[in-house]
Amino acid sequence: MNLHTGFNNSVSEGLTTLENNETVVRLEDVGVRYRIASERVATFKEYMIRRFQGKIALGDFWALHHVDLRIHKGEMLGLIGPNGAGKSTLLKLIARVMRPTRGRVWVKGVVAPLLEFGAGFHPDLTGRENIFLNGALLGFTNDEMQEKYDRIVDFAELWDFIDVPIRNYSSGMTARLGFAVATDIEPDILILDEVLSVGDESFQRKSLTRMEQFRDQGATIILVSHNMETILEMCHRSAWLNQGKVMMVGETRQVVAAYQKAQIIEN
Amino acid sequence: MESISQAPIYDSSKQGSPAVEELRAILKYRYLIVQLVRRDILTRYRRSSLGVAWTMLNPLGTMLILTIVFSQALGGAREGYAAYVLSGLIAWNFFAQSTNAATLHLVWGGSLLKKIYIPRTSFALSATGTGLINLLLSIIPLLIVMLIIRVPINWTIILIPIPILFLTMFALGVGLLISTMAMYYADIAEMYQILLTAWMYLSPVIWPPEILPDHLEFWITRLNPMYYLIELFRTPIIYGQVPDIRLVLISAGISTITLLAGWMYFTSKSDEFAYRV
Repeated sequence: MNLHTGFNNSVSEGLTTLENNETVVRLEDVGVRYRIASERVATFKEYMIRRFQGKIALGDFWALHHVDLRIHKGEMLGLIGPNGAGKSTLLKLIARVMRPTRGRVWVKGVVAPLLEFGAGFHPDLTGRENIFLNGALLGFTNDEMQEKYDRIVDFAELWDFIDVPIRNYSSGMTARLGFAVATDIEPDILILDEVLSVGDESFQRKSLTRMEQFRDQGATIILVSHNMETILEMCHRSAWLNQGKVMMVGETRQVVAAYQKAQIIEN
Repeated sequence: MESISQAPIYDSSKQGSPAVEELRAILKYRYLIVQLVRRDILTRYRRSSLGVAWTMLNPLGTMLILTIVFSQALGGAREGYAAYVLSGLIAWNFFAQSTNAATLHLVWGGSLLKKIYIPRTSFALSATGTGLINLLLSIIPLLIVMLIIRVPINWTIILIPIPILFLTMFALGVGLLISTMAMYYADIAEMYQILLTAWMYLSPVIWPPEILPDHLEFWITRLNPMYYLIELFRTPIIYGQVPDIRLVLISAGISTITLLAGWMYFTSKSDEFAYRV
């Protein structure tokens, strides 16, 4: 796919200047600890029984450990690493979903995560109703969403189906609607967690154009993907996470190369 | 995006009182509560032909059954029993449904809480809001039943917002307490169902207080918050009286304390919710 060549060039041009840009996300010595019971205790009854037997033992699991990371305004940062490396946990911290167990997370601006596959959509509601519900989940009022409504439906190309319950949408249609809502709110920081692979090629092209606009307006994008091609095409800087630690941060080509080398050695 | 210089700043190391911060967040996200209530009401009735009418038909059906059972099988009910039991059911259903929904929404809607920031009390607030709309709709069949069985409707009915306010505060407080516990142990929701059933039979919903034996009356009525709230709800509607000031004060006290306790407990724990996968 040669879709992004033009895009890629403009990215590398901007690379040197971006480093001097304002920091919009700062993680300082961040740690996230999950408490994992040695045996999973899901119910109150079980808990009381085991407590009585003295069998509750808690193990600590650090999903992130001593993580330091800065993200600058206007950059597209790629996050790579194997499953369980802590990528999603890192995104949760930036999206304010989770507070760090230790360290400090500092974020400037409105953060919008792109919810995968219509999380936050209700199947029995129509496309129109879901747009307003989704907008509300992102903190917008009715009037604000009214103003965005036409643009969102235009972008998602769903005028013919807008009063049909989402239940009857194809997965591609749902994804288009989700993308259209999340990007129309013009967040300062957009979080994309493995969501760009949906939709047909023409929609993907449109999505990329929209990201380009975003970047030009000074928005910051954080992209998680297992697809190294996507990362190489879109991100000028990347961070490689492994077992809760940042292994490397830097120019995408170098980081991806180091990551792939490490994987080959591992196998 | 030129607005970034005045962009909101989030700093995990600077955290005020969680209870106050949550209140501030809810004010900002108030439109979300409206949307969630709308979603609940639309989706609940969209696929049924009678739609919102079910809100009114449901307690009416139960009332009909109980009236027949009590007047035929148990040797005569008191005058206006149908209105008595219907008003009791309306108040009780509001409480039971709101607190239950608060728990279910948080447990099942929790996946959303792990992906996106929304004020965590949104679910309990919207559940109570949905219950409140159902409660208001249910007053219509109550008035109709009162007309049919000739229970006089007095001017005191304009006082009904007072008991509804206290009921709402109490239900929200209990909903927050139960849903917090349910986040930690999945079977709390099940246990609460059993508790609710027992609680309903221990409250003057379907039986009038005067049938209680003297030695039980104190325990069942005085120590039961729902006793006061249900009686306060009935007084201006079906008794047609201005509620006794003592009853109002006790209800106000119970509901305020419960709401504060629920809010403090919930917000003190809600940061941990995202950790509980």
